[in-house]
Amino acid sequence: MALYLSKSGKHLPNLKQKFGLLRRINNNLSSCSWSCCFHHQNQPSLSPIPIGIIPTLFSFRRFESSKPDKHLGSLHNHGGGHPQVLNFPGGKVKFTPDLKFLSDYPDERVHCYRVLDGSGQTVGSNFVQIEKDVALKMYKDMVTLQTMDTIFYEAQRQGRISFYVTATGEEAINIASAAALTIDDLVFPQYREAGVLLWRGFTLQEFAHQCFGNKYDNGKGRQMPAHYGSNKHNYFTVASTVATQIPHAVGAAYSLKMDGRDACTITYFGDGGTSTGDFHAAMNFAAVMEVPVILLCRNNGWAISTPVSDQFRSDGVVVKGQAYGVRSIRVDGNDALAVFSAVHFARKMAISESQPVLIEALTYRAGHHSTSDDSSKYRPIEEIEWWKEAQNPVARFRKWLEGQGWWAPTSESELREYARHEVLQAIQVAEKVDKPDLAQLFTDVYDVPPSNLIDQEKSLRESVERHPHEYSH
Amino acid sequence: MLGIIRQRAASKVSHASSLEQGIRTLRAFSSSAKQMTVRDALNSALDEEMSADPKVFVMGEEVGEYQGAYKITKGLLDKYGPERVIDTPITEAGFAGIGVGAAYYGLRPVIEFMTFNFSMQAIDHIINSAAKSNYMSAGQISVPIVFRGPNGAAAGVGAQHSQCYAAWYASCPGLKVLAPYSSEDARGLLKAAIRDPDPVVFLENELLYGESFPVSAEVLDSSFCLPIGKAKIEREGKDVTITAFSKMVGYALQAAEILAKEGISAEVINLRSIRPLDRSTINTSVRKTNRLVTLEEGFPQHGVGAEICATVVEDSFEYLDAPVERISGADVPMPYAANLERMAVPQVEDIVRAAKRACYRSS
Repeated sequence: MALYLSKSGKHLPNLKQKFGLLRRINNNLSSCSWSCCFHHQNQPSLSPIPIGIIPTLFSFRRFESSKPDKHLGSLHNHGGGHPQVLNFPGGKVKFTPDLKFLSDYPDERVHCYRVLDGSGQTVGSNFVQIEKDVALKMYKDMVTLQTMDTIFYEAQRQGRISFYVTATGEEAINIASAAALTIDDLVFPQYREAGVLLWRGFTLQEFAHQCFGNKYDNGKGRQMPAHYGSNKHNYFTVASTVATQIPHAVGAAYSLKMDGRDACTITYFGDGGTSTGDFHAAMNFAAVMEVPVILLCRNNGWAISTPVSDQFRSDGVVVKGQAYGVRSIRVDGNDALAVFSAVHFARKMAISESQPVLIEALTYRAGHHSTSDDSSKYRPIEEIEWWKEAQNPVARFRKWLEGQGWWAPTSESELREYARHEVLQAIQVAEKVDKPDLAQLFTDVYDVPPSNLIDQEKSLRESVERHPHEYSH
Repeated sequence: MLGIIRQRAASKVSHASSLEQGIRTLRAFSSSAKQMTVRDALNSALDEEMSADPKVFVMGEEVGEYQGAYKITKGLLDKYGPERVIDTPITEAGFAGIGVGAAYYGLRPVIEFMTFNFSMQAIDHIINSAAKSNYMSAGQISVPIVFRGPNGAAAGVGAQHSQCYAAWYASCPGLKVLAPYSSEDARGLLKAAIRDPDPVVFLENELLYGESFPVSAEVLDSSFCLPIGKAKIEREGKDVTITAFSKMVGYALQAAEILAKEGISAEVINLRSIRPLDRSTINTSVRKTNRLVTLEEGFPQHGVGAEICATVVEDSFEYLDAPVERISGADVPMPYAANLERMAVPQVEDIVRAAKRACYRSS
């Protein structure tokens, strides 16, 4: 590691000038401020950090740690004869005569950042104050997402669409994370983040068109329902492949960094996605390449029927951050204010210091994996019901809004009625629209249609003309 | 562009070199063509494209400090710095995915696989994240990425380092697959690949890196570019058509020399582009010669030759005077021992014998 760093080290001054991403260089850092806040051999639990201090503490540290080590080849520390330390490739390491293994599991799990308690009361003061209009939009979008999920799910059950995935139980993660970003931040979703697209302005009608795969689908009927994508909203098209979006987000973050943009990328994935090779490679690369990416893991306890206890044996996903040299935080995913604050600061760090940040949002997948799943087959219904009711993120946020005096009970029924009406309307309209034209079978394979596809389209059209009864429309 | 004009003219005019002579005498340069190795051709093409477009960058194992596992990226790190020549950790899946992500947002990555055997680690990103993205996103996501590296057999590297991936990648819509033979091919096709908005798989050959070929002045020009999807007739003939790509083009030309002495005039087609396949040039040639021998180094089943045979049967059946002969590597994982390896890949004698069979001349 030190060898690699020393070679890149001579280019670092260039990097700093070229990209100008560092906003604050704090020269008064003591070397122990780094270690006291992170895992030590003997202190596996992470001490909570007052949030306001973070930018000061760490804004310069990143580059300082990657400067070339001047005593690369020397066996001893400066000041002659410290046989306790050796400058291995990768840096100085202290020796110990104790034969001690690091524990496989901490005595205490990493604490979870939470701002709103179950009754909608705020705890502590370490969170970003949200303006009333932002908070109201957040709530309305959470309710709309809930409503959309319920009704589209029903539509699939009625056979009107072929497939659907809900984000039930994860409305706070969806909406609050989106609210803490700007439209310039690129989103690399998995498939349970329709709420992020909703926040950014994708309409219910557009969602419906995609699910019905009709001619107004901006995806041109190419993909299964819920595989949304919109360049206009900086939301990259959902792909079915698990966790492939994570290295994509890192690569795009690299592009952003080369561009010197005041923006980051964010990518979402589940607990299951962290088992893939792509997660590992992306985390590692993001740290080595120093790119502005937020990696948000929706740890909802289940990967289809695989519980997290069968997925990994670590203390969840947050601890994996340090394994890659990535700053991380665990947050209550059902707490909209906590998610908002965590993403807000993660974004600041990612952009100003050009580094990745891992957020583990603990939550529960209150719905089935998809319409192809019946989760009551592998988990108790009481468990599902408990999370749906007691830990409902929408209800919790509403209680807080009511406490602020920003939301009245009458507004609730009005909103729900309105959302329901809009969703039903969107479905009814989308259902009647024709499917995409034949031409859409052949476009976008390449930038310019190749001659063989032009020929094939021609011969297909001739066939349709000759046998119209065989081709319904 | 002169390169393209010459290409089009070559398929119509009786011999390309007469036109080349003409062009050369028009200029005031000396008439002896410069020699260039394929390695230098690739290196110069990368250098020029990186210089012309700041969005082009190179990523792969050992491409920077080590100057490239096969020295194709030599000197690029010093010239362009570590932001544009990136040494990666060992994870093909990782850096292919990251390259695709960078391309999604607008950079033009050139991803190097130390050999295409290692691309199998990344094949999900090549196919599902690169090839299909433009289609799946309905034109919203374009992926101007190039995956390049040595493909096929080298010398004594065994089964896991010798497979040819032309057929696998060429079967996938959304990808373009190129296979250069000469230095001219290497320069022109790599430049075309980097400039192309679609994902391109660029199959080089380790044993060709050190081989020298004559290159004309227009090939050396930084704007030189070859069209994707056009094959080149390396040698005109009238008795039998031999299609080949990459290293096998050289073998086919040697076989053609031997056949010529026995009175068989072989037309050698350098495919250059496996996808899109230049069906027009192939069929025109077969309609002229009436006999076809397909040649490739890869495994026989579902190979490139199978596709060429099918296309000729579909389009030029009445013109065939003999069954199509397919020459390919043996249907075994590549053995190591030199004598076994020699028997597992096509040799010049195999090509000569096949051509004679197609001409109903038993050897």
